[in-house]
Amino acid sequence: MAPEMQNAIIRVRDISVQFGTTKVLDGLDLDVKRGEILGFVGPSGAGKSVLTRTIIGLVPKVSGRIEVFGIDLDAADAAARRGVERRWGILFQQGALFSSLTVRQNIQFPVREYLNVSQRLLDEITVAKLGMVGLRPEVADRFPSELSGGMIKRVALARALALDPELVFLDEPTSGLDPIGAGDFDELVRTLQRTLGLTVFMVTHDLDSLYTACDRIAVLGNGKIIAAGSMTDMQASEHPWLRAYFHGKRARAVMG
Amino acid sequence: MRGDPTLERMVQGNGLALCAAGPWTARFAPLLEQIVADAEKLTGSRPNIFIDVSQVSKLDTFGAWLIERLRRSLTQGGIEAKIAGLSANYSSLVDEVRRVKAAPASDTQSVTITGMLDQVGRSMVGISATIVGLIDMLGAVLAASGRVMIHPRGFRLTSTVHHLEQVCWRAVPIVVLITFLIGCIISQQGIFHFRKFGADIFVVDMLGVLVLREIGVLLVAIMVAGRSGSAYTAELGSMKMREEIDALRTMGFDPIEVLILPRMLALIIALPILAFLGAMAALYGGGLVAWLYGGVDPEAFLLRLRDAISIDHFTVGIIKAPVMAAVIGIVACVEGLAVQGSAESLGQHTTSSVVKGIFFVIVMDGVFAIFFASIGM
Repeated sequence: MAPEMQNAIIRVRDISVQFGTTKVLDGLDLDVKRGEILGFVGPSGAGKSVLTRTIIGLVPKVSGRIEVFGIDLDAADAAARRGVERRWGILFQQGALFSSLTVRQNIQFPVREYLNVSQRLLDEITVAKLGMVGLRPEVADRFPSELSGGMIKRVALARALALDPELVFLDEPTSGLDPIGAGDFDELVRTLQRTLGLTVFMVTHDLDSLYTACDRIAVLGNGKIIAAGSMTDMQASEHPWLRAYFHGKRARAVMG
Repeated sequence: MRGDPTLERMVQGNGLALCAAGPWTARFAPLLEQIVADAEKLTGSRPNIFIDVSQVSKLDTFGAWLIERLRRSLTQGGIEAKIAGLSANYSSLVDEVRRVKAAPASDTQSVTITGMLDQVGRSMVGISATIVGLIDMLGAVLAASGRVMIHPRGFRLTSTVHHLEQVCWRAVPIVVLITFLIGCIISQQGIFHFRKFGADIFVVDMLGVLVLREIGVLLVAIMVAGRSGSAYTAELGSMKMREEIDALRTMGFDPIEVLILPRMLALIIALPILAFLGAMAALYGGGLVAWLYGGVDPEAFLLRLRDAISIDHFTVGIIKAPVMAAVIGIVACVEGLAVQGSAESLGQHTTSSVVKGIFFVIVMDGVFAIFFASIGM
């Protein structure tokens, strides 16, 4: 493997996505480096979720090339794709927990599918994962409809982490959480990234998350990446949307 | 095999070192579990054991947990067990795993005779709850329609027309097709068997009475229960799941008035129309087969039909239609509102909406048969 390949865990080159006649993404390039937490921001409706869904293969693209773990997803056969899918975890915006399964079954589901391990180990890993996302083992036998919004996000994260992925996609992980809960969640993502050596691709609107959790920020606008870099780069940028975003009233409040 | 994780034993003085090496990751979890289970048997052999993990090339939660499990079971066996050689990268992961308390085992439900009897008992009690639920909904719908009659502005005409299109207009092709085919089949079977007695022409009597009194409305009601009853349950159920019904209530709307009344009304208007169209299609199909297969020409068929049936037969059939529609609608709405938060629950209630809807339609038909027989219609 070439060193640059090793460095970029996701390489997106020149992808375009179109719904009907509306171009949502237009020749977009993006690299996500191994081991970093990339915060992905942009105005509502700019196509942040579309890009995430395109990378994970839920939205078809018109043109371009996507490599994850150095594997071209278009060229990969079904087995290679499954291999890639095993190595990433996805936290959907609404959690997307299976409503007819308990928390325990939700977390065990991917493990059971991919690994042939004993029920005892499954149960132990479930408790370990729940502990990692800050939940007590007692919630394991509840159904998703019996959980609060924050708990759903945490369980969904535990499920995304069930197979110890190298890469996780988080789609607005802190939306709908109270500031303390959101702060905890950012902390949690940081801790997990340190302990498990994760790479995190996080779509967010939460300025706090960007400040506390993210190593690098990429900004989407007009179907392209307007800017990518550290928080200081973002604040120094002269782009009008970036100025409004990072120097607005809310941003000033966060920065103190 | 190279590349697999291992756990080598090495004697060190009066202690023992277990050297873990290779990738201790989820991929190798089954193998690792076996290795750890073997190592756990060392309990009691030595007073202290080192678990050396410096040679581990890759560690994730599965591997870290299995090492932790080994340490715990050795400690429990009275051995002083220590983990050594932990790199800085992995120490936080092992610390994280160390905080895990013993896992509560998943409760498995075994099938027992008492459990089955328990189920039977509960479902018997459930029947009375179902009936109470239906009566409750009937009352709520009547109360809501009373309110709408007093304040006609509360009536949702647009919604009613929309549902009328869904359950009536869009149902016409399938209802007409199926009843037409049933008419054909009845006629063909009748002719085939009556011919043995030279009584071909009586097929018209049978077809007329059967279609107008029973088959027409019953068949259409069953089709509507399957087609529209299930749709109502699924619509209301998913609205319930997404808290849309709660949202309506908090805005000061009565869900019965806004959601259920228009649906009920549409169904009550639709079913007699569909039953009528269905009966006509069945008679047409029967007449066609009688002509082509039985040699009864259309004029003879119509003449015989006029003699065989009276307006009573038609009235008996069509009177049942709105009542059956109300039963289907109420069952569908009760089931829809009973949906809980899961996709499975939505499926169960939609199934039970159709099953109960068809059951009650047939029960109603029986009740009507007794009633009409005793008043001599």
